[in-house]
Amino acid sequence: MPDTTFLDSTELVLNMGPQHPSTHGVLRVILKLDGEKILGTDCVIGYLHRGVEKIAEARTYAQFNPYVDRLDYVAAVSNGLGYCLAVEKLLNVEASPRAQAVRVILTELNRIASHVLWLGTHALDIGAITPVFYCFREREEILKIFEQYCGARLTTHAFRIGGLQYEIYDGFEQEVKAFCDMFLPKVDEYEELLTNNRIWMSRLKNVGILNAEDCKRYGVTGPVLRAAGVHWDLRKAQPYSGYEKYDFEIPTRDNGDTYDRYSVRMQEMRQAVRIIRQAVEGIPEGPIMAKVPKVIKPPVGEAYVSIEAPKGELGYYIVSDGSTQPYRVRVRPPSFVNLQALDRMVRGALIADVVAVIGTLDIVLGEVDR
Amino acid sequence: MPDEKPVPPKPAPKPPAVMAATPWKSDLTRELNDRFGEGVCQCLSYVGQNFIVVGPQMVVALISYLKVGPGFDYLVDITAVDWPQRAERFELVYILYSFARNERVRIKTQIADGYRPASVVAVHLTANWLEREVFDMFGIEFTGHPDLRRILMPDEWQGHPLRKDYSILQQDQRWVQENLDGASGQ
Repeated sequence: MPDTTFLDSTELVLNMGPQHPSTHGVLRVILKLDGEKILGTDCVIGYLHRGVEKIAEARTYAQFNPYVDRLDYVAAVSNGLGYCLAVEKLLNVEASPRAQAVRVILTELNRIASHVLWLGTHALDIGAITPVFYCFREREEILKIFEQYCGARLTTHAFRIGGLQYEIYDGFEQEVKAFCDMFLPKVDEYEELLTNNRIWMSRLKNVGILNAEDCKRYGVTGPVLRAAGVHWDLRKAQPYSGYEKYDFEIPTRDNGDTYDRYSVRMQEMRQAVRIIRQAVEGIPEGPIMAKVPKVIKPPVGEAYVSIEAPKGELGYYIVSDGSTQPYRVRVRPPSFVNLQALDRMVRGALIADVVAVIGTLDIVLGEVDR
Repeated sequence: MPDEKPVPPKPAPKPPAVMAATPWKSDLTRELNDRFGEGVCQCLSYVGQNFIVVGPQMVVALISYLKVGPGFDYLVDITAVDWPQRAERFELVYILYSFARNERVRIKTQIADGYRPASVVAVHLTANWLEREVFDMFGIEFTGHPDLRRILMPDEWQGHPLRKDYSILQQDQRWVQENLDGASGQ
């Protein structure tokens, strides 16, 4: 009979990250393992902490605007929109209809850019090499439009408090329409590669399930919440920037597993194209800036404004003491809150599933750490 | 002889401006008054956003009640604001949302430095990391929190960066020397 007493029965602790390609940045996850089964996790974050909320207190309202682009750096336009809307709320001004339409077009383009980047890297993590090249090819077209509009591709600083940074350039509408026509068949192409792929399905189905009840307990929002069957999107629930004028649907699924989150995001890209097409059809004439004083000095008060960013609810809580600098800016990052549910999603699963679940949560560490 | 100009009277010092909040009255505020007693919850509204100011010992009871009764089942955020010149230095802010009512409400409470407010993790699981961040940034210790550690700053870091008396250029020199070979990046 073999002597088994020397076998160590205690749990094994394994460090995943911070330098690990599938953690999408510098996330460190401490895994407690029994063989390959996960008994528990502990996320160590903060490697990218730059103290953005502290910096805000030493900048004027307009000066802080470019900083928010560095939070979720793959969806900089959405970050800027949320910040501008929050300051506009404190100032009690509203952007002009023209500015709102352009804001919606650029934000939805950015949603597509964020989702294709997610799709490419997520598929790469799972082992599908091909989609990432296709995804970057389409993302490039969006970044070209951004570059043409404001000179920057990633950290765009596209909006100003009260409206837009620039008037749209000649041929903007045609380029956006051409992108929409080109992009929809590409989504079908991605789906042909992945949706019914046997390896893809077996790696994703019934992995990392988070049901609607748990989503609410963990405060999870965005595509993760919708994949669990909750029909909730801030663009519909509390419309901003004129989203109520556009006809679109909120895609949902029922199981709340990794595969459902994948298909929700695929549908969201199609819906984003639908919104862009409606918005670009009738951009109203008029000024691009509302009447905003040169020196922005909101009255004493506070406001919380949130938008539906590609990752979930992105909120800004700003306290003004009546001076030119914000007294306190709090960013409510969707990635930070969603990441907390990782432990719940991977308990009892295998190490390979952790990679799939981190990919499907679609976190950006710049936003988690701020 | 030049005319002696009368010295203009010094302008009276401006009183500190306060937020122009208006009372908020609705079925929900009446319900809260019935349940917790008149005047316990101060219900106000500013730029169309409603908030409730309560004493720190009431927070957990109020948030639990709002979750079960009126259905504010989603804790959006917890944060704090530092007002060093006030006697009760920190303002804790809880942002709640109700999926059923599509309504947002903020709970605000004032606490002194060193006061240890009760944790709401037992009511909303999401409070775990959010309270850890408030502890990390402001040094507010929550009692009954299952795992109160720093979350964004290194564990051994001294000081709480989002306090107003923490300068923007300040850093924990000892930690930087020990861990980064003295290269601070500044």
